[in-house]
Amino acid sequence: MLNTKSPATEARDNLISQKVATLPPSGIRKFFDLLSSVEDVISLSIGEPDFVTPWHIREAGIYSLEKGYTMYTSNSGMPELRQELASYLELHYGVSYHPEHEILITTGSSEGLDLVLRAIINPGDEVIIPNPCYVAYPADIILAGGVPIIVPTNEETNFVIRATDIEARITKQTKAILIGYPANPTGAVMSKKEADAIADLAKKHDLLVISDEIYARLVYGVEHICFPSLPGMKKRTILISGFSKSHAMTGWRIGYVAADHRFIQALTKIHQYTMLCAPTMTQMAAIEALRNGENDVEKMVQEYNRRRRFMVKRLNEIGLPCFEPKGAFFAFPSIKATRMNSEDFAEKLLLEEKVAVVPGLAFGPCGEGFVRCCYATSLPNIEEALRRMDRFVRKSRLRSE
Amino acid sequence: MKEIFEILEQNARATPEQISTMVDKPVSAVKKIIKQAEKDGTILKYKAIINWPKLEKEDIWALIEVRVTPQRGVGFDAIAERIYQFPEVYSAYLVSGTYDLSILVRGKNMQEISSFVAEKLAPLEQVQSSVTHFLLKRYKEYGETFHLPKETNRRLPITP
Repeated sequence: MLNTKSPATEARDNLISQKVATLPPSGIRKFFDLLSSVEDVISLSIGEPDFVTPWHIREAGIYSLEKGYTMYTSNSGMPELRQELASYLELHYGVSYHPEHEILITTGSSEGLDLVLRAIINPGDEVIIPNPCYVAYPADIILAGGVPIIVPTNEETNFVIRATDIEARITKQTKAILIGYPANPTGAVMSKKEADAIADLAKKHDLLVISDEIYARLVYGVEHICFPSLPGMKKRTILISGFSKSHAMTGWRIGYVAADHRFIQALTKIHQYTMLCAPTMTQMAAIEALRNGENDVEKMVQEYNRRRRFMVKRLNEIGLPCFEPKGAFFAFPSIKATRMNSEDFAEKLLLEEKVAVVPGLAFGPCGEGFVRCCYATSLPNIEEALRRMDRFVRKSRLRSE
Repeated sequence: MKEIFEILEQNARATPEQISTMVDKPVSAVKKIIKQAEKDGTILKYKAIINWPKLEKEDIWALIEVRVTPQRGVGFDAIAERIYQFPEVYSAYLVSGTYDLSILVRGKNMQEISSFVAEKLAPLEQVQSSVTHFLLKRYKEYGETFHLPKETNRRLPITP
């Protein structure tokens, strides 16, 4: 009957570590159960591409199995893949990493983030993060023994973390700033000016910057600022990214970390004891993605952009004001006009109109008053979802009057 | 501008209003471009791709390889025109390789196609020979696949 105990009891009994027992469950998880109980839902709550991995990349994966590439690779990842990645980062962002010492292939960027935090955090170290933010940031920091320090962002700052707000929270315990732009859940991107200010701050206070750039390729009408490419920042930035969003490869679990060799060495130490290496088949597919996948990326970005414009325009029209998201595949409209909190809004919308969005609160307290709508779904789906949301908003306005 | 046509190529029923939002251009400009394209033949026609086998009323189709003798002054164009004007001819291409014209022919039954070949195509003076391949199954046309399930939901309903 172990599983009937409350988290607090479990912690007391020391069966589950206190850290894990007290870790709040993901706000998304809670919504998942409710969602599963409703049929025929149009889901705008999926955080992954609706495109299937391009065929030539899948074919490369199949070929690797056919040829019997079923053994471990080097801990750091296949040399060819690291070489391709080094060229890719140089080509796209003008930042050069040594393929042997400065790149580690991971099982998704999620593993990368976990490794980085475990490698740099001493108990009690503080890591500054924006809020709202990706659900794993605070959790992973806590699991690594650190303390997440939240910096609120809002519409006024276009949901970008500001250097001045960071500086106000720097203490002797501050170890790093963890940022992720383009951002999940807001779709915000960081401008050169904003990035420069954070870079200056990091130098001034001798801080590390962990830059999660998983959505780097999904930007619309702006250039992505690759943080380590800023002057003097390569040696104090740890770049985390992967193939999930750029090449629609979420289920393959393949990512990478690029950083100064001191960091990569430390990360590899943990990686070799815990993961050994990223799946071989997946690494072979990733090589193909880098060698011949540029057209796919461009096509997908163009398609996302059309849907993005459509969704943002409609959200504003139906009275859910939405700042313009210039990256990722999310819109983050304000629902304050409906006088509902984000969880009530999402729940009622799901039950009454069968449209799923993610309550902003799932991404931290500053996400309250907003919902995340993902436009990585077909245009007819987006159209129909917004028609239903329109009806829902009008109904709820009548109710509250 | 090219983007407007790409959208229409994917979905001919996209309205000027929808397209205008997708490409971030005023509706009037989009309408003007489409109108002009319809006029100058950039947009030939708006059609539906029908999955005929689904209606169990499939016509018979054949792909015919035709070897022809080109003519002085007009090359392959004159004979191609002679051939493609027949209503049985669905599409016609000049190709490189061991034959010259590749034509797709549509008929109600096998009889109709064989009489087209025997009575119309083969007797033409410039036609040296032809090889007829009857279509057995259609997998993909105009970039659309016929046999894959259209929208299978492989994704979880909510992911972070």
